[in-house]
Amino acid sequence: MKTFAEKALARAAGLPEVVAGQIVDAQPDVALSHDNTAPISRTFYSLGIQKVRYPERLAFTMDHAVPAPTTAHAQNHVDTRRFAAEQGVTNVFEVGRGICHQVLSEEAIVLPGQTILGADSHTPHFGWLGAFGAGVGRSEMAAIWATGELWLRVPESMRIQVDGAWPEGVTSKDFCLKVIGDLGADGGLYFSVEFHGPAIGALSIDSRMVIPNMMAEMGAKNAYLPPDDVTFDYLAPRRARRTGRSDIAAGREEIVAGALYPDDGATYAATYRYDVSSLEPMLALPHRVDKVAPVSQVRGTRVQQAFVGTCTNGRLEDLEAAARVVRGKRVAAGTRLLVIPASSEVYLAALRSGAIEALVEAGASIGTPGCGPCMGNHMGIPAPHEVTISSANRNFQGRMGTRDAEIYLANPAVVAATAIAGYIIDPRELE
Amino acid sequence: MILRGRAWKYGDDVNTDVIFPGKYTYNVNDPNEMAKHALEDLDPTFAGRVQPGDIVVGGKNWGNGSSREQAVVALRAAGVTAVIAVSIARIYFRNAVNNGLLPVICPDAVAAIQPGETVEIDTERHVVRCVAGEFDFPPLSPSINAILAAGGLIPMLKAKLAAEAAS
Ligand code: SF4
Repeated sequence: MKTFAEKALARAAGLPEVVAGQIVDAQPDVALSHDNTAPISRTFYSLGIQKVRYPERLAFTMDHAVPAPTTAHAQNHVDTRRFAAEQGVTNVFEVGRGICHQVLSEEAIVLPGQTILGADSHTPHFGWLGAFGAGVGRSEMAAIWATGELWLRVPESMRIQVDGAWPEGVTSKDFCLKVIGDLGADGGLYFSVEFHGPAIGALSIDSRMVIPNMMAEMGAKNAYLPPDDVTFDYLAPRRARRTGRSDIAAGREEIVAGALYPDDGATYAATYRYDVSSLEPMLALPHRVDKVAPVSQVRGTRVQQAFVGTCTNGRLEDLEAAARVVRGKRVAAGTRLLVIPASSEVYLAALRSGAIEALVEAGASIGTPGCGPCMGNHMGIPAPHEVTISSANRNFQGRMGTRDAEIYLANPAVVAATAIAGYIIDPRELE
Repeated sequence: MILRGRAWKYGDDVNTDVIFPGKYTYNVNDPNEMAKHALEDLDPTFAGRVQPGDIVVGGKNWGNGSSREQAVVALRAAGVTAVIAVSIARIYFRNAVNNGLLPVICPDAVAAIQPGETVEIDTERHVVRCVAGEFDFPPLSPSINAILAAGGLIPMLKAKLAAEAAS
């Protein structure tokens, strides 16, 4: 009786079976790096070898500081492009294509049951499609490039059963904040966190991606949602497009065959149950993701900057939710609304759907797809003592560039409503 | 091996954004420069006063947040040899091992150590010594010890690749 993590890492390590606690040498199917590719490449060359072992498994995005805000950042991108050319890496996504986790999802580069290791702490993201995704450090990424493998400890698993119907105005982001608030920022430390239940299956792809992404904030090694027809229908045509394959149905069957599900009776170190029908919109308060409160409790807090974007909540559904709130209204004086689509695909779709138009008409400024100010690089750094409300995943002190600013985290509709009111408010009040 | 140094003691959930701010991650590449920003947003006095051999003591979930390895490299370059904590976030733990910063999980020692006192870590006997007494900590696995003994993942890999090339 095996958990998802035990099955996935057995596959990645080429072993018949593994158990939680075991250390294995795993071969990731995909190795992700972003703007940190250039420094990793310097570590790689310092090893004294010339060639990446499996260049086809690498994927690079330029997303963390795009378009380059300084010459140092621009040089970094130049070095990344040069390294890709030297090594024959073709999965390279340029400035403006979008954020690594979103782009690799859209491109169906990772499939259910596969393992992706990323030099980025939100690599658990890929659990949305039933892949094993974990973050690693830069040196480890250089080692993966050199050898194709890395030591991993097979994690213990936690099972979260999610029941109930989603109330109007409550999103998967609110659910995640609730769980992290309950279990704490170390509540899932070293764990594989599995989500099961009808409330998960009822979610759209956009909403699903939020959950494993946020689990990084609970210390999880990886997270997992069981892939279903919604997952396969999303991935199959994208994979076919990417690989130039015309027979989508046959490709879909292969994707389905690769999916992994935990056995009934697998061993879980902890089990929790949630009913989403009693949830309300939530916030994480400065400066901790596990310091959460219902929006109703913090209503009225003045905000200078509202930011909709990031790999957590910068997708079409999120932009449309924000657009619905602001349509026909104006951003409050003294507050600015910043919207950054998670990818060029999201950007185009939001242009076509009219969401961008509604946002700009309301006074929003739209940024180039990428991470924007999420980690304090550029394009929306708050001033000291300013308050930001953001749809991101992390609100640590100094995260957006200055230690004297405060960051609240919320779902995109709450962020947009706050921009309109100028203070924190439940969007259901604005209607 | 015995590591001996002054203790810099901090609280729970110290994250990588305060150990090494994100705004420096793509423009500060030299470890000695990184050391100047170590713990900048948590303890602005640290970088100026830390001495080689010093030991950082943290609460639970030390180093949570970003995967940035600079949060380890900055401390190493500042001369810190070990982190003693109640628990350590998983990527930080890996980065520590991979850069030769000894991670010690020892809640009892964390509770006992006073800021600024001299602390000893005996890696063979798996004990932390401080004024208040001696505290055992669980040994690391052989594969992790091998990486630490080599001085980190990259030095280990270099040695391995060189040996393969020679054979
Ligand atoms: S959007 Fe933020 S959390 Fe996501 S990859 Fe970029 S910096 Fe990291």
